[in-house]
Amino acid sequence: MSTVILLLITGLGLGALYFLVASGLSLIYGLMGVLNFAHGSFLTLGAFAGWELARRTGADNWLSFVASVLLGAVVGAVFAALTELLLIRRLYERHIEQVLVTVGLALSSVALFDGIWGTDPVYVSGPSWMGGTTDVFGASIPNNRFVLILAAVLVLLGIVLFLKYTRFGLIIRAGVENRSMVTALGIDVRRAFTVVFAIGGAAAGIGGVLAASYYGYVSSSIGGSLLIFAFIVTVIGGLGSLSGAAIAAALVAVLQQFANFYLGGTGDFVVVLLLAVVLLVRPSGLLGSKA
Amino acid sequence: MTRVRSFLSQPLVKWGLAGILVAFLAIVPMLAIDIPGVFPGPTYTPGTLQLLAFSMLIASLALSYHLIFGVAGLLSFGHALYFAIGAYGLGITLRHFGLELLPAIVVTFVAGLFVAAAVGALSLRVTGISFAMVTLAFAQAGSVLVRKNPGKLTGGDEGLALDTTHVPDFFIGVLQTKNLYWLCLGVLVLVFLVTSWFERSRAGHVVAATRENELRVRVIGIRPYFVKLLTFVIGGVLATLVGMAYLLLQSSATQKLVSADFTLTLLVIVVLGGVGYRWGAVIGGIVYTFLDQRLTAFASSDAVSGLPDILRVPLSQPLFILGTLFILVVLFLPGGIAGVGARLSRSRMRADEPRTVLEELT
Amino acid sequence: MSDPILSVRGLSARIAGQQVVEDVTFDVPATGVTALLGRNGVGKTSTIKGVLGLIERRGEVTFRAGGSAVRLDRLRTHRIVQLGIGYVPEDREVFSKLTVAENLRLAERSSDPRREFVAELFPDLVARSNQLAGTLSGGQQQMLSLGRALINTNTLLLVDEPTKGLAPIIVSEVAAALAEAAKTVPVLLVEQNLQVVRQLATDSIVIEGGRVVHTGPAAQLLDDEDMIRRFLGVHGETTGAGATA
Ligand SMILES: Nc1ncnc2c1ncn2[C@@H]1O[C@H](COP(=O)(O)OP(=O)(O)OP(=O)(O)O)[C@@H](O)[C@H]1O
Ligand SMILES: [Mg+2]
Repeated sequence: MSTVILLLITGLGLGALYFLVASGLSLIYGLMGVLNFAHGSFLTLGAFAGWELARRTGADNWLSFVASVLLGAVVGAVFAALTELLLIRRLYERHIEQVLVTVGLALSSVALFDGIWGTDPVYVSGPSWMGGTTDVFGASIPNNRFVLILAAVLVLLGIVLFLKYTRFGLIIRAGVENRSMVTALGIDVRRAFTVVFAIGGAAAGIGGVLAASYYGYVSSSIGGSLLIFAFIVTVIGGLGSLSGAAIAAALVAVLQQFANFYLGGTGDFVVVLLLAVVLLVRPSGLLGSKA
Repeated sequence: MTRVRSFLSQPLVKWGLAGILVAFLAIVPMLAIDIPGVFPGPTYTPGTLQLLAFSMLIASLALSYHLIFGVAGLLSFGHALYFAIGAYGLGITLRHFGLELLPAIVVTFVAGLFVAAAVGALSLRVTGISFAMVTLAFAQAGSVLVRKNPGKLTGGDEGLALDTTHVPDFFIGVLQTKNLYWLCLGVLVLVFLVTSWFERSRAGHVVAATRENELRVRVIGIRPYFVKLLTFVIGGVLATLVGMAYLLLQSSATQKLVSADFTLTLLVIVVLGGVGYRWGAVIGGIVYTFLDQRLTAFASSDAVSGLPDILRVPLSQPLFILGTLFILVVLFLPGGIAGVGARLSRSRMRADEPRTVLEELT
Repeated sequence: MSDPILSVRGLSARIAGQQVVEDVTFDVPATGVTALLGRNGVGKTSTIKGVLGLIERRGEVTFRAGGSAVRLDRLRTHRIVQLGIGYVPEDREVFSKLTVAENLRLAERSSDPRREFVAELFPDLVARSNQLAGTLSGGQQQMLSLGRALINTNTLLLVDEPTKGLAPIIVSEVAAALAEAAKTVPVLLVEQNLQVVRQLATDSIVIEGGRVVHTGPAAQLLDDEDMIRRFLGVHGETTGAGATA
């Protein structure tokens, strides 16, 4: 029983991480039709920024931890917004080229991170509570899982409120459904593109700082490896659907944990299998409306 | 000038020139051409031959990807998988099954064929971005498999070294590099011929038409699924073939070959060379290999290490320069290298226009 | 006659690389309802989308409002619409996952939207303000689509087949709303139902094979059975009903 609880909560923690990456990917794809390969780099830069701040302010206190999460969000958002303004926008409506540009950015930015911070992982530590465990029905759960889950829930809530109650949110929801009709109502939908990139970048940046504390280190490849699973989550959840991404993130990560434990470390395979099954049975994903 | 152009664009002349080029490349190991800054030494030295052979393999691989991405318009993110099946497959059959070279090649080829057909059949049921994702996911599964090292077959992180017991002597050792060079040249010529033949075939025309307008192909009563699958499988087995030559040339396979990054590199190469151009893929592969090689040397050179940090850090990363170059090509040079060449010479080497193709079919 | 509000000169448009409108030239007068007619698939919708820049287009499109002339072919869609052009697309294109109120709010371009005007024209929408637009009936969706255009004060309305697929009673409701709107703003109307055309249109433009083949007062066209048969074809009851009405 305690194993099941441990796997479940750890899985949800990992799922939280997937969600922080996938939420942005899904919004960006839903609104703009762009599959953003540079999204992992937003996360990595956020992680490094958070680490730089934490080590300067003394890692072992909550203030510095919260500040580094916020810095990660800001850095991720700025990086993402610049990506949209300088690269994606020039290729308006040319989706393949847009994907290619993000591929190029992913390659070059990871190389640049290698150049700046080196190829070896840098080890991070947070507030000491984060490294401890809490007993939940007999299972000792690493505390950072709770922080991850909390952060993902807050981000989900924040994005939902933003989408529901702001004009940009309205434009984004409408644009996901029918972009050209939004422009036909006299709205410059490109400004919403920058906004979704910034939101996605912020979520990824937060994910970066938290991923660092989940894995215990930062390296230039941290974003790329999470990105693949986030892609899978996005497709399973249904491209463009935020709630789909949330459900799929939890599902994928929990399944992965259980398969790793009970089926001899086959978690990654099970996830790929799940993706194949979902795409064949329901090509538009769990909650997606269009294929 | 125009007369020269029309002369050059005659098919017989084109193939004649290509033949002369191949003949020249074949005698390169006997020559002492030295281009400082590009080659590490004169062309007869093993180091330079190795690099040339390697670049020809990357060009062949790029050609096989060109079939899938450039001709069929299928954005596959898992092409590295079939290449890795070639390299690892041959490595495993030689080392663990103790097969002779030829049977080992046949077994590996069949494995590549089988996997390409199975993955293609599944993933082609979806299109667009979803297709890209499924192919990526399958390649990822391959990558995990290699890393997990089941039954100690793949060597995991260590990689898999070529077991030379059943490999003929003329392929082994530094002194035999020129034989390997000829092998790689042969692979490039073969892949090029197969690719050209396929693009000219009826199936090639149909798949190119499908890329432009799937609906119109359906309208004339052809199911695009099968021609796409055929293209995917041909591209896949060609990659497997190249992977086998890679193992012989490099003497080992590492898990980097299955990584998503490697497929992305192929994408970069094909776009750099010019999407849709056969010669583009070849030139892209060769240019990329040399750039990568030379930039790595440049990165560790004194010229760079003496620079202030703000210049030194980016310049010391070959992938940073390549990635940036790639972005610039996508933004400002839509046709890549071959596109520029074609615009300059106006001799179009692209697959026939889909419109005329459709008229042929109806 | 005063200057036309919209002049289209040699407009060509492409969809997915395929030419769907070829060298179309016509004017839309600054008052009244101009009917844009033609058989199915001749390019009426594409012409309107070309004017709005929703599809790739070439040619000169000049919009005259408030004494100045603006070349629409050089502007992006949202800028064109911001000049005061309301658009009611074929097939309504309401945002199905947004509520009725959100659909209308999204469309508001000024700080002073004409909410009461829309509420009076379509009381049904007020009652259903929090319903998801995707769950509305076809007729209600059409009213929402019209409401989205009419909530702003426009200088020109482009309306594409507002009565398509609607029950006769709803058709007259939509026609009445359009007639009301047309009192203050010129309208370019694509319409298959010739009865509605007769009721609303002052002028007519006929497209065939991607080109304009006839222009003139609407009444003149509608009274000429020969022209109707030639230009609009023998397709069914709407033509017959219109011609004999
Ligand atoms: N996405 C598309 N791809 C290819 N052809 C298209 C596409 N959309 C429209 N067309 C073609 O463009 C032509 C003009 O279409 P358009 O919708 O403008 O006609 P229409 O006059 O509005 O017809 P209707 O009266 O049926 O609404 C048609 O022949 C149509 O088949
Ligand atoms: Mg129409």
